[in-house]
Amino acid sequence: MATVNFVTFDGEQVEAPLVEGQSLMQVAIDNAVPGIDGDCGGEAACGTCHVVVDQQWAGRCSEPADAEEQMLEMNPDRQATSRLSCQIALSDDLGGLTVHLPEFQF
Amino acid sequence: MDTLDRVVATVQANVPMERQIQGLHLYQKAKARLLGTSRPAPFAEEPIPPVDQVGLADIDMSNPFMFRQGQWMPYFARLRDEAPVHFQANSRFGPYWSVTRYDDILTVDKDHETFSAEPFIVIGTPPPGLEVEMFIAMDPPRHDQQRQAVQGVVAPKNLKEMEGLIRERVCDVLDNLPVDEPFNWVDRVSVELTARMLATLLDFPYEERRKLVYWSDLAAGSEEATGGTSDTDEIFRGVRDMARAFTDLWHAKAARTAAGEAPGFDLISMLQANESTKDLVKRPMEFLGNLTLLIVGGNDTTRNSMTGGVLALNQFPDEFAKLKANPSLIPGMVSEIIRWQTPLAYMRRVATKDTVLNGQFIRKGDKLVMWYASGNRDGRHFDRPDDFIIDRSNARSHLSFGFGLHRCMGNRLAELQLRILWEELLARFDDIEVVGEPEHVQSNFVKGYSSLPVKLTRKAAS
Repeated sequence: MATVNFVTFDGEQVEAPLVEGQSLMQVAIDNAVPGIDGDCGGEAACGTCHVVVDQQWAGRCSEPADAEEQMLEMNPDRQATSRLSCQIALSDDLGGLTVHLPEFQF
Repeated sequence: MDTLDRVVATVQANVPMERQIQGLHLYQKAKARLLGTSRPAPFAEEPIPPVDQVGLADIDMSNPFMFRQGQWMPYFARLRDEAPVHFQANSRFGPYWSVTRYDDILTVDKDHETFSAEPFIVIGTPPPGLEVEMFIAMDPPRHDQQRQAVQGVVAPKNLKEMEGLIRERVCDVLDNLPVDEPFNWVDRVSVELTARMLATLLDFPYEERRKLVYWSDLAAGSEEATGGTSDTDEIFRGVRDMARAFTDLWHAKAARTAAGEAPGFDLISMLQANESTKDLVKRPMEFLGNLTLLIVGGNDTTRNSMTGGVLALNQFPDEFAKLKANPSLIPGMVSEIIRWQTPLAYMRRVATKDTVLNGQFIRKGDKLVMWYASGNRDGRHFDRPDDFIIDRSNARSHLSFGFGLHRCMGNRLAELQLRILWEELLARFDDIEVVGEPEHVQSNFVKGYSSLPVKLTRKAAS
């Protein structure tokens, strides 16, 4: 079964099953991955599901759309491959996707 | 910049801030006298009829007594069911749309291009001459620049530095409360803790901390803006004093830093360390606006959540029992308190173009009020929405912080303060009993309390 990987700020690896069609945020919430809040429920309107996509996967995820980009701009911890995980739709070709969790969600 | 703007900027940079405000006040008074503009009579409280005796078109949620009289719940329930996007043509604050369902509020809050936060986020208009510039009421790109300059002070990294101090101050307040006798929770706990927090954030003289609360109450309580009870002349005097105090604070801080003192974690230190805001004191309306926004944003909100939590646990005693049996529920309860209380009832927007919202045609220029207090009680999103359930699974999705670009930047500080308060309360007291009726403030914006009599029972030594 394909999986996705979350690396917590302390370096702990958390693996979760990839569910096609779901967002990465939803998978994190359903698997109680620590460090993802997802307060707005997937609307790119709160910024509390921020992840940093691993360098190796940087080119394989889509670019943030406008609404997401604006929420990311407000985040002082934003990095080059930052995304809101609610805006990453999972498909089979993202099996093994690795993202890093920031120290804080804002 | 045209000539007038240049002149204004030069004056603002060189004339002491409090003199400018005094000047504005005199100008406004003279103008009112010359032009004969008289202010409308103050709001007089009358009993609000039951909602089923009122025609739909006559429902006016801007009535500043809705919360005090407890009528807001049935009124909003009817609007959500019968007219979720509702037009009121004749309010004291002019015509406006009420948006009352959770999903519609989210739609408006997310779309800052169609629904502008400018020029104000309250339903009315602040007294003329006092339109200080706050980024909560600005659209991008100005909003983004200003928010980025100040948000560090309440960002999680800074809060980590401040948590110990916050806890110390909470403990000090709680250890000095009367036990087994009634006292006013609002004054002794909610206002006191909030004042201490604001003084910490600004590194404001600690013994003068209640001034911050006073100024903030004045600013949020303007009759023209929110149907409150602040007198315009008093507001001008308050803003003048505030301008002087904050300017002094700025210069004192700069002098201390120049003399080699390490910059602190406070807002003024941060503004002075940031390239784009290091001369902010020379842009008074912006300077005052940013500081006012911080004290207003951290005042009514936290204060009334601190009171609302006590009230909610008394109205739902089974939840209080659940909490005492399991204090690890505190973090979740904090979100539920913020949902249940919704200390700021709404934010307002203005349509920038013709649009349609849930079937209603909204014209460019129309005013919309997103009633968070209603969306947070929408049964379409929250099960048993009027019940206080400390382990509610979706409590974090409450609207009280807003969503989108203007989402509350103090959200983590608010959660931290409430969490610490409840941790320390449960460690000390067996019961926090409400022993009388709460008094509600007069406002259509602040959903809050001016007093709540409680009695504490100390925890038996274990």
